[in-house]
Amino acid sequence: MQQFSKLSFLMRKVAILLAFVGVSGFSFANEEKEFNVSEMIMHHIKDAHEWHLFGPEHGGTSIYLPIILMDNGLKTFSSSHFYHGQAVEVESKEQGASLHYVKGVGPAAGYAMYHEEIYKLNAEGELHFDGEHPHNTQPLDFSITKNVMSLLMGSFLVLIVMFSVAKFYRKNGAVAPKGLAKFFEPIIVMVRDDIAKANINEHKYEKYVPYLLTIFFFIWFNNMLGLIPFLPGGANLTGNITVTLFLAVCTLLVTLFSGNKNYWGHIFWMPGVPVPMKFFMMPIEIIGIFTKPFALMIRLFANITAGHIIVLALISIIFVNKNVAWAGLSVPMALFISILEVLVAFLQGFLFAMLSALFIGAAVEEAHH
Amino acid sequence: MFGSIAAIGAGLAVLGAGLGIGRIGGSAVEGIARNPEASGKIQTAMIIAAALIEGVALFGVVVGLLGAKA
Repeated sequence: MQQFSKLSFLMRKVAILLAFVGVSGFSFANEEKEFNVSEMIMHHIKDAHEWHLFGPEHGGTSIYLPIILMDNGLKTFSSSHFYHGQAVEVESKEQGASLHYVKGVGPAAGYAMYHEEIYKLNAEGELHFDGEHPHNTQPLDFSITKNVMSLLMGSFLVLIVMFSVAKFYRKNGAVAPKGLAKFFEPIIVMVRDDIAKANINEHKYEKYVPYLLTIFFFIWFNNMLGLIPFLPGGANLTGNITVTLFLAVCTLLVTLFSGNKNYWGHIFWMPGVPVPMKFFMMPIEIIGIFTKPFALMIRLFANITAGHIIVLALISIIFVNKNVAWAGLSVPMALFISILEVLVAFLQGFLFAMLSALFIGAAVEEAHH
Repeated sequence: MFGSIAAIGAGLAVLGAGLGIGRIGGSAVEGIARNPEASGKIQTAMIIAAALIEGVALFGVVVGLLGAKA
């Protein structure tokens, strides 16, 4: 208690100091255009065809990722042909704002990129806008985007770590672990005991442990990578609804294919209720099969995206007020949320695996009445 | 994003989630205080219930986000 009050006193002192700095703070001299917070945030949580390293947003240093298009045959070229392409400004019909897109040059000629989406140019060689959305056709885009790159790197990391942990036990047998294995053993045991064994029938849980371990470590590792603001991380992978959709579909398929007679009986012909009620319950239970993975998908997507938005919004406080002294408020708050996000990163992986285990457990449960 | 009616929706979603998770947390602490040996089981049940509520609240946040974007 004594320690805590000392700490809070110290913090108050720092806060007062920061308030004084705020008075004498200096503001940014030359501003080019109005800073748009929601546009900046949306840009950062979306996928991209480049991996921005440092420097200003336009003209800084980036890794240009390959673009792969299926459009009358396979076309591959670097995304730098878009980012160093020909910028076009179009007058928007609504609210007098202007829309910006880039025409590709070199091998990317004939295509344009608008908000990281690739479109084909029309006969006049431009994008035709209706409101804010172009009406041009889109080629099939199989590009290695930032998220795809992050997915490959994250999966590779999980593989390296897990194989090295497995190698330790293969070499030394079941002894007290050292190194990486020492760190991961309690977590793996937690997934097996607290997630799999606790929710799935005792005689059947072993079959599902590898799936639950994979899903837990994949989500956890990629959540943590997403929290790193520079190169190995920085992509919003688990905050991408397509990624979480795929993970949820995996859980749905595992649940459906391991469902036993008892499980399907509870869905199509609920035992222990009157016959009219059985008919009434059937559609509800069938919808229930799909809403459970749907909630899994939304939960992971929204949690991670919301975390990224909060951190970015707190950092934007400085730029909205155009005064560096606001960093005294915004950086500690962003730090606090970032630390909270480390907990959330673990918790979301845990929850996804836990709820998957719960659904699988319900599917393999034997009748007991 | 700011100053739109979608922000009110997001705020309402947070209100509901706050009430729900607050009740779960309070009850869990009460339960652990009465029976400290069951704290592990209570914690797990608490996290699952909180996650379910949070899921519903995040639906609200996502809808708010879509409303703000359109």
